[in-house]
Amino acid sequence: MIAVLKQKKIAALAILFALAFPLLIPNNYYLHMMTLSFIWMIAVYGLNLLAGYTGYLSLAHAGFFAIGAYTLAILTVKAGLNFWLAFFLSCVISSFIGFLVGLVALRTKEHFFAIYTLCVGYIIYLVIDKWDSLTGGVRGFIGIPSPANIGPISFQTPVSQYYLVLFFLLLVVFVMYRIVYSLTGRTYIAIRNSEELALTIGISTMKDKLVSFVLSIFFTSLAGALYASFIRFLGPDIGYISVMFDLLIFLLVGGIGTMSGPVVGTLLMTSISQQLQFLQDYRMLIFGPILTLLVIFYPRGVVGGVIHWKTKRTENNRDSRVGKISSHSSNEKQVKEG
Amino acid sequence: MLLETKNLTKRFGGLIAVNNVNFSIERGKINAIIGPNGAGKSTFFNLISGFHKPTAGQIIFKGEDITHLPANKRAKLGIARTFQTTHLFEQSTVLDNVIIGHRLRTSSTLFDAIFRTKRLKREEAQCKEKAMEVLEFVGLTDAAHKIVANISQEEKKRAAFALALATDPEVILLDEPAAGVNPDETEGLEELIVKMAEYGITVCLIEHKMQMIMKIAHKIMVLNYGEKIAEGTPEEIKNNEIVIQAYLGGSAIA
Amino acid sequence: MEFFIQQLLNGLTVGSVYSLVALGLTLVYGILHIPNFAHGALYMMGGYVTLTMMSKSGLPYWLAIVISMIVIGTLGVLLERLVFYPLRDAPPLHDKIAAIGILLFLEAFAQFVWGADYQTMPTPYGKVVNLFGLTLTAQRLLIITSTIAIMVLLYFFLKKTFIGATIIAMSQNREGANLVGININKVAMMTFMISGSLAALAASLASPINLVFPGMGHLVILKAFVIIILGGMGSVPGAIIGGYILGFSESLGATYISNDYKDIIAFVILVIILTIKPTGLFVRRGQS
Repeated sequence: MIAVLKQKKIAALAILFALAFPLLIPNNYYLHMMTLSFIWMIAVYGLNLLAGYTGYLSLAHAGFFAIGAYTLAILTVKAGLNFWLAFFLSCVISSFIGFLVGLVALRTKEHFFAIYTLCVGYIIYLVIDKWDSLTGGVRGFIGIPSPANIGPISFQTPVSQYYLVLFFLLLVVFVMYRIVYSLTGRTYIAIRNSEELALTIGISTMKDKLVSFVLSIFFTSLAGALYASFIRFLGPDIGYISVMFDLLIFLLVGGIGTMSGPVVGTLLMTSISQQLQFLQDYRMLIFGPILTLLVIFYPRGVVGGVIHWKTKRTENNRDSRVGKISSHSSNEKQVKEG
Repeated sequence: MLLETKNLTKRFGGLIAVNNVNFSIERGKINAIIGPNGAGKSTFFNLISGFHKPTAGQIIFKGEDITHLPANKRAKLGIARTFQTTHLFEQSTVLDNVIIGHRLRTSSTLFDAIFRTKRLKREEAQCKEKAMEVLEFVGLTDAAHKIVANISQEEKKRAAFALALATDPEVILLDEPAAGVNPDETEGLEELIVKMAEYGITVCLIEHKMQMIMKIAHKIMVLNYGEKIAEGTPEEIKNNEIVIQAYLGGSAIA
Repeated sequence: MEFFIQQLLNGLTVGSVYSLVALGLTLVYGILHIPNFAHGALYMMGGYVTLTMMSKSGLPYWLAIVISMIVIGTLGVLLERLVFYPLRDAPPLHDKIAAIGILLFLEAFAQFVWGADYQTMPTPYGKVVNLFGLTLTAQRLLIITSTIAIMVLLYFFLKKTFIGATIIAMSQNREGANLVGININKVAMMTFMISGSLAALAASLASPINLVFPGMGHLVILKAFVIIILGGMGSVPGAIIGGYILGFSESLGATYISNDYKDIIAFVILVIILTIKPTGLFVRRGQS
């Protein structure tokens, strides 16, 4: 009970801080950076739902981020649609494509799923790159509008955009929270634990996996659409594997399969990236090995590690209170759940 | 006759794992399947629970042909199953593991989850209640909040039973329930299995521990090289020449 | 008709390169059940090392290739020891992520050392040759003949030598191989050595035509994955046949459908295969 209250207090503090941030640090550059990291967080939450909670690592999510972004761009600039309609449609269209991909992909396992989604991601990148007339190809896509007004509220300033993106982030976190702590969330975790066992206890794994897949893509596309409207310029490289890699490292550093992992990981890594800005294109020289080392030695990530430590402590306390000596080391299966 | 197989056959390429097996699981009784290693017992279970598609033959459950029904639908009909390696979620508590067992009897959707509808709240309570119920049945009430990685092998087996029981099954398939468990604990599991049968759940188990089988089984089928070589009560099987030969004679089957 | 044969020859060339890459990939998968996502980086590094040996050290083409094969083979072994061996008991997820990390590292490294520009690799086989009335560069002929030579060598190595037999044994049954005294670590290292060398060879043969640049491994590696799924993960003949099938499909597709989108052919094939058979085309006995 106490643990839950503490968690909620930390969350409340974090939200308060996020809300007050523009007032505390009225610096447009930092505001821009925070807003951008919020966008990445939304995308990472999408990935987390599928990889962290359902156990399926999709390597196509960067592609869907790009689809969300480009669809918004095309619908607003080329088709001249109302911004928010275009925004909504971008997410829906991207999710629909995700649905079609998922129908095939989710019947495969492990390696095949990874390879298949890797290929899908690359196809998306290729199509964006080559289909000049629609996407602008290598030259890029410019002139994407900022979010349109909602009633009297306009979103032309950095501060207003910050709050808009924060709003979506909080919405996504809220939905994730509701899902994870419900029967649906438990179902996903059961699938991640052992799909065989899940089938044995009557779970319609294909249906649940598909829902999880589409929803995760919905979140990631949402992030993509926000990105397009925030940065207002797109290039094919936002669908490239390095973006996929970024999402992965944010998730892993923060803690895959945890509620706050995406926030912690993204903030940490983007700030480190900032410090290493001088490396620019070569940041992979440092980040590549970091990711590899992380996955080998510490796949739990920051939040995962904290949770593990807390659980061990509670177990030890309980055992010492009851006077028993636990004969089983909890270190055993440490690496199993990544 | 609750569940029946007719000419059930499974081939893997050129290898025949299960060959023309006719077997019926008697309602309310403890049925057992024994046989030397590699006889096809686990494959047989996989066929019944829906993890392998039979090459030929039929599986009839309560008069319905379920041969082509997917595994999760069979669970909904009332066929539960445990595995040799329990497959439990090691990093979670026993209770968390078992709660999800009742999920198949609920109908909450993603929508319910996001909006925390009355239906979700009701079904969550239902699942939790069921979980506590089955945990009490298997004697794990005290261990409910322990992390699975920290409990003993025997307790893990009980937890796996509890999970299967939470699905409200009519028949439960136990795949080597006493594997890796010491003699004292084996007795405990025996009692639990008998309790399940007395409660009204039909049991079918695969086991290598002969004393256990002879003590609690009502009906035994012996498989060897994928074929049924004998069937009957413990008394009959004990003295069956063919069965004795199969276990003692012939080559050592890995 | 001549045009058609020209396309066929083209397909043979492309297919040869694909097969070499796919071979390395399938050998590793066969013994360790790991799809080596970093294989594309080995391919890329192979190209760069050959190029450097030729331009900086002035070595002849063949010598440069041999050195490259040794270097990249060693790189493969390092990859196995430092990355895949520690992860042998971890969930398969981790192998993939770790490999991607290495892949991106090596790409950044290549860009750092050699720059991002497309570079040409000179070759002594630039002459145009007339064969049965068809014109092709000697390089293409070289690719085809070298590949066939290597495959024959590999065949004899796997089937006729003891070491080759240990690789086959390990790919069929890892536990069993271990039990009969085969040192599975040594076999793993050896397989990665071969895998890396094959990638380096493929890159060195293909680069005079396709140029050398940091991203050169991407398309090739993705296609190699499609090939081994098509031909059967872990199957050597499958990798070879699959490689040529893809090579021909692409060559014909590029001419008769569209050159821009010819790369998609591989993925369309993949989608079709996985839609019909989610477990891949040729499932090995005992695997499901």
